Amino acid sequence: MFDFDIESREVDLEKFETDAQAHDYLSDLTHMDPADASKMLDVGVDMGESARAGSFIQKDKSVIHCKSRQQGLEIMGISQAAAVHGRLRDYLWKSVNPDTDRFTARAKEIPHGGYFIRTLPGVKVPHPVQSCLYIAKEGFSQNVHNVVVAEENSEIHIITGCATAPRLDSGLHVGISEFYVKKGARLTFTMIHDWGKNVSVRPRTVTHVEAGGVLVSNYISLKPVGNLQMFPTTWLDGENAVARFNSILVAAKDACLDVGSRVILNAPGTRAEIISRGITSGGTIIARGDLVGKYPGIRAHLECKGLILKEGIMHAIPELRGYVPGVEMSHEAAVGKIDRREIEYLMARGLEEEEAVSTIVRGFLHADIEGLPANLKAALDRAVSETQKDMM
Amino acid sequence: MLLIEELRVEVGGRPILKNINMEIPEGETHVLFGPNGSGKTTLMMTLMGFSGYHVTHGKITFKGEDITFMPIHERARLGIGISLQRPPAINGLKTRNLVEICAAGREGADVEKLAEELNFSDFLDRDVNCNFSGGEIKRSELLQLMAQQPDLVLLDEPESGVDLESIVMIGETINALLGRGIRCPVAPGSKGPAAVAKSALVITHTGHILDYITADRGRVLYDGVLCFTRNAREILKWIRQRGYEGCAKCSISI
Repeated sequence: MFDFDIESREVDLEKFETDAQAHDYLSDLTHMDPADASKMLDVGVDMGESARAGSFIQKDKSVIHCKSRQQGLEIMGISQAAAVHGRLRDYLWKSVNPDTDRFTARAKEIPHGGYFIRTLPGVKVPHPVQSCLYIAKEGFSQNVHNVVVAEENSEIHIITGCATAPRLDSGLHVGISEFYVKKGARLTFTMIHDWGKNVSVRPRTVTHVEAGGVLVSNYISLKPVGNLQMFPTTWLDGENAVARFNSILVAAKDACLDVGSRVILNAPGTRAEIISRGITSGGTIIARGDLVGKYPGIRAHLECKGLILKEGIMHAIPELRGYVPGVEMSHEAAVGKIDRREIEYLMARGLEEEEAVSTIVRGFLHADIEGLPANLKAALDRAVSETQKDMM
Repeated sequence: MLLIEELRVEVGGRPILKNINMEIPEGETHVLFGPNGSGKTTLMMTLMGFSGYHVTHGKITFKGEDITFMPIHERARLGIGISLQRPPAINGLKTRNLVEICAAGREGADVEKLAEELNFSDFLDRDVNCNFSGGEIKRSELLQLMAQQPDLVLLDEPESGVDLESIVMIGETINALLGRGIRCPVAPGSKGPAAVAKSALVITHTGHILDYITADRGRVLYDGVLCFTRNAREILKWIRQRGYEGCAKCSISI
């Protein structure tokens, strides 16, 4: 009936189109096709650019908008960066090996752009940068490569919304991301996915964090997706570097989400936290977490909570690996159904059973994600409410 | 208001309440004493309709309606409210949202103001009961009941886990909730005694809460049977002198 192994949902690379028509550049975002704009807004990309420091929007293989509205913040397409930015060669394919798997190999062989975002040293960007990777062509395999460099003591929040056009059924998204958080810098990366029902998604991300740097990574996938597998790796290379991961996952019927994070605590004083919340209503969620402690005194915690609402599979795989004495690592994993006592507690306050359940589910999915703009927060709250209705 | 007749209740196949008969008239506060395991909480949970408490015999009537097997939320909407001793924590649900659920759009229910009166404003943005101390749980429960305004209030050990300073506030809030600011002044800023006093059943282990609220009647529950009914303070005195067992024995000999 169900299958744990996402690889059994074989993605046949040959089935996908490797080329798509070019789309025109839009210098004014308000001219975006309204149907596309509405999908983009759902994943946090606002054509009004309210409280945004800049935007990067790619549709199929074409960069259709790219602009920084802030000094000290560079945003450009990766091919443009390759042409004009001498530094890119220090970063491109330095953290991710193209031979990692057939998806990374494909992205190397047939690249379709992606973004390069860099903050100059000491620049603190007050508002998030928004980026959107959008598939409009049915059956297209979009292979992007993104590089983010937060130079020393800079701060940036990037919201990446990935979506497919309305009514698009199948496609493949491969996203290679290499992030570099330099000394004392802070990168907040929030990724929101809204794919089609039969879309396959394979992000491949590696981040290096130097001394005193902070990586906060949020991942939200509430909408139906065919199959998605990602396991970003973060290296905490410098003293006192910190990484925090939050993910909120909903697997609708037939969806398969295999999502985890690995953090290697590779220097003294480093800290990591991975928090994952998943709900399945007929799909499969594999929630992984792998913390690797290599220095005494490092601290790392992993929390994985899963609810099985109807049928479905919730598979929590928390792993802790300590290589020396003196590491402090813990995990907490729970898989189950909603506690009857919580439902009845709310019923005793006057809610019908169904209302009580949906109130609890909304709460479960409502993670406090730091630094989200108010309009995105409101959009997510709405999405959680809708998702929760669909699940019931 | 509430009538319980020949009530027998089992929990996990074990008889806990053996034959309960009692009545709480409109506007009266009754206090239920009893040692641990005597069935006090079972009685309350049964009155609210929680699962796991199986009525095997008897009848519960509230406002003239047979509620013996009525779903929990219908009892709540009919006017029964409960303060639990150990309510569950609900991750991601803000206390403010729960209090709003309790108020259910009731006119004049001002969540911020109610929270202020209970010195609980700082907790409105915290997840329901998550890492609350004993006293904080009591204040949270009372805040919800203040918003809910039930006609029959069930309070399970309102003083347990509460420090001496907070117990005054808890007592005052209960009085305000019941619409009877007789013994203590009504909590500052609240509207004062309600037009009609509410009915209440209060479980107490220690009797401390009697220093702050006025009870019309007291009862002792011992081994699943109500064995004693009279003035609450008198009962408390007897229990202190003779213990629960002595009380139960002496009531049988009467």
